[in-house]
Amino acid sequence: MSRPLLWALLPLLLIVAVAAAFLASDPLGPFTGSAPPVEQLTIERTVLDEEGIGVRIRAGGSEPMRIVQVQVDGAYWAFNQDPHGPIERMGTAWLRIPYPWVAGEAHHLTLLTSTGAAFEHSIEVAVATPGMTAERVNFYALIGLFVGVVPVALGMMFYPALRSAGPAAFEFALALTIGLLAFLLVDTLAEGLEFAGEAAAEFHGAVLVWIPAAFTFALLMVLGRRKGEPLSGIALATSIAFGIGVHNLGEGLAIGAAFATGAAALGSFLVIGFTLHNITEGIGITAPMLAERPRLKVFSGLVALAGLPAVLGIWIGSFAFSAHWAALALGIGAGAILQVIIEVGAYLARKAREQGGSWATGTTLGGAALGVLVMYATAFLIQV
Amino acid sequence: MKGWWKSAVSRRFLLAGGLLAGGATRLMGPQASAQTNGAERLRTPHGAHGAHDGMITPGEVDYVRNGFDPHRILTDWDTGKASPLAGGRTLREFEIVAEDKEIEIAPGLMFPAWVYNGRVPGPTLRVTEGDRVRIRFQNFGSHPHSIHFHGIHSARMDGVPGAGNVLPGGEFIYEFDAIPFGCHLYHCHSVPLKRHIHKGLYGAFIVDPDPARRPEEQAAARSRVLGSPENAGWQEFVLVMNAFDTNFDDENEVYAVNSIAHAYTKRPIVIARERPVRLYLINVTEFDPINSLHLHANFFDYYDHGTTLTPTLRTIDTVMQCQGQRGILEFSFKDHEPGLYMFHAHQSEFAELGWMSLFEVRG
Repeated sequence: MSRPLLWALLPLLLIVAVAAAFLASDPLGPFTGSAPPVEQLTIERTVLDEEGIGVRIRAGGSEPMRIVQVQVDGAYWAFNQDPHGPIERMGTAWLRIPYPWVAGEAHHLTLLTSTGAAFEHSIEVAVATPGMTAERVNFYALIGLFVGVVPVALGMMFYPALRSAGPAAFEFALALTIGLLAFLLVDTLAEGLEFAGEAAAEFHGAVLVWIPAAFTFALLMVLGRRKGEPLSGIALATSIAFGIGVHNLGEGLAIGAAFATGAAALGSFLVIGFTLHNITEGIGITAPMLAERPRLKVFSGLVALAGLPAVLGIWIGSFAFSAHWAALALGIGAGAILQVIIEVGAYLARKAREQGGSWATGTTLGGAALGVLVMYATAFLIQV
Repeated sequence: MKGWWKSAVSRRFLLAGGLLAGGATRLMGPQASAQTNGAERLRTPHGAHGAHDGMITPGEVDYVRNGFDPHRILTDWDTGKASPLAGGRTLREFEIVAEDKEIEIAPGLMFPAWVYNGRVPGPTLRVTEGDRVRIRFQNFGSHPHSIHFHGIHSARMDGVPGAGNVLPGGEFIYEFDAIPFGCHLYHCHSVPLKRHIHKGLYGAFIVDPDPARRPEEQAAARSRVLGSPENAGWQEFVLVMNAFDTNFDDENEVYAVNSIAHAYTKRPIVIARERPVRLYLINVTEFDPINSLHLHANFFDYYDHGTTLTPTLRTIDTVMQCQGQRGILEFSFKDHEPGLYMFHAHQSEFAELGWMSLFEVRG
């Protein structure tokens, strides 16, 4: 073994020794001896079906936790736990309660541990959790297409108009893209942090958003510029489509989760709202390609990259879903979006320089402002 | 766009959304049909405890570890150590200790109780009107405690701060004459009062009437005196309505009679059909102002506080008691067919949180 490795081994061994000595001697014993264990509990999923109510719980705290009794709407109820026995710290288990829940009404669960601690969970509107049937999968795919693929494709239809409108329109479109991406960045981060708040405390949810965001940003910057040149043209459009795709994945997760928990009274007008809201994304993706003449195949590839993740998101969100995974995915999305903001900005500045002007013109400012405004205004359609 | 699925959850929205989004029906198709059918097709579980239909605290309480069995408590009369006094009276001496003890009040659910003689409720003290009662109380607990008897006695013997309040490790002897006859209780009166009572420091104190003092109501008085031939025909049970706040938020998580949730649902109280029943019912529930008992398929006579030999309420099937109130119920299943007869708090909330019981009428 090499010398540096041996020297690295010494502190590692000492850490183990210190930990063992600390646990063996238990110097904190006199201070914590009679205190009851700290208990944490997070409800990660709720399922309502013919068998009653099912919840997946994640235990936290200082010792394995026992769920000993369950109240539904202030009544003790029979239940089964799978797997049986105490739940280890960070472990999960399903509780199934044969309770005759009432469709469209609220129900309240209280889970009692052996120490008498009570954890409460509300089902705001009881709706049967959809099973994974082919019909269901197709139904979600349809919604995903309307939320992700259709708007991106429609937005790209502006390509010929923008192309024939000349260089000013080109700058305007790029600036519009920056505005749109700025909105998505803030929105993705906010959504990620919201999921982080719902995740079990042990996951340190906020870290799951910020750190992957930073790493994704750095990684994509390095990958994008590995040839030593800033991104432009189809490569830049692909980056934008990827960033938007991850954002649409997050949007899909949220919609799918809302279906799964019954919170989604997702009417047609909401779906159309999403479609309008996301049309700008299509314009944004094509903006860097106005100077080129890409083939139709490129367009359809970009539509798929940006739009299909919405379908995937709805599937995942409605069938198998934990808040901490959503936080992580949205953190990655935020990093990707930040990268394309930088790249589109650099591209815009470069184009302006080539034409002997400044990037800071009325056209670009107006474009960016319009991008944010359109996103903000259409967000009202999906904010009920 | 975060939040729309959250704000979309009020019922009002659901209704409004349904009206506005007329075109949503097609998209919502599969889900809508699942909604209406899900709950209706719910199957009810079948098991050993058919009478509760799923509403139960599942599992069994370890009575051996607890050190007391709610079925034994029903008829576990503690008459003390009796010795004759001058003038034909009887001295009854009791030993009561208070201590800290963790008890299981529903399967798996532990409660850090304060207990008299290792059990909740404490021992059922049963004496006869006019007896001299002497209680040696020792406090092995971690807080000051006392025993405050409901009865007639001097201020010195009241078991309140300043009179018979016992520090940890200390002891006190309460002594008084057992008057008036009736169904009474005792409890700790140290402060804070709510905490000391709801942690488990209470018990039944029954004073049987002295027939010699009530010549005009001889028969009724005799039937109440434990050990008399007239009393032997009765089936007597003590029921202490209590509750436990397991997370100390001043609201009860568990309601019961004699401490163990659903104890008499899982194993009903067996009653011989032909013999009359007398219940000594005491309410020591904290936090909720009243508790009640409702008897199914039957009616009873009620003697408030048990201090009369004629009923204070006749032919009722529900009686309510405020905190500390108690009384005697008398009824018979003589003309009923055998079977399971429910009794429980008629506050459905309490019933569903453990105060649910069954008589099994046999014969």
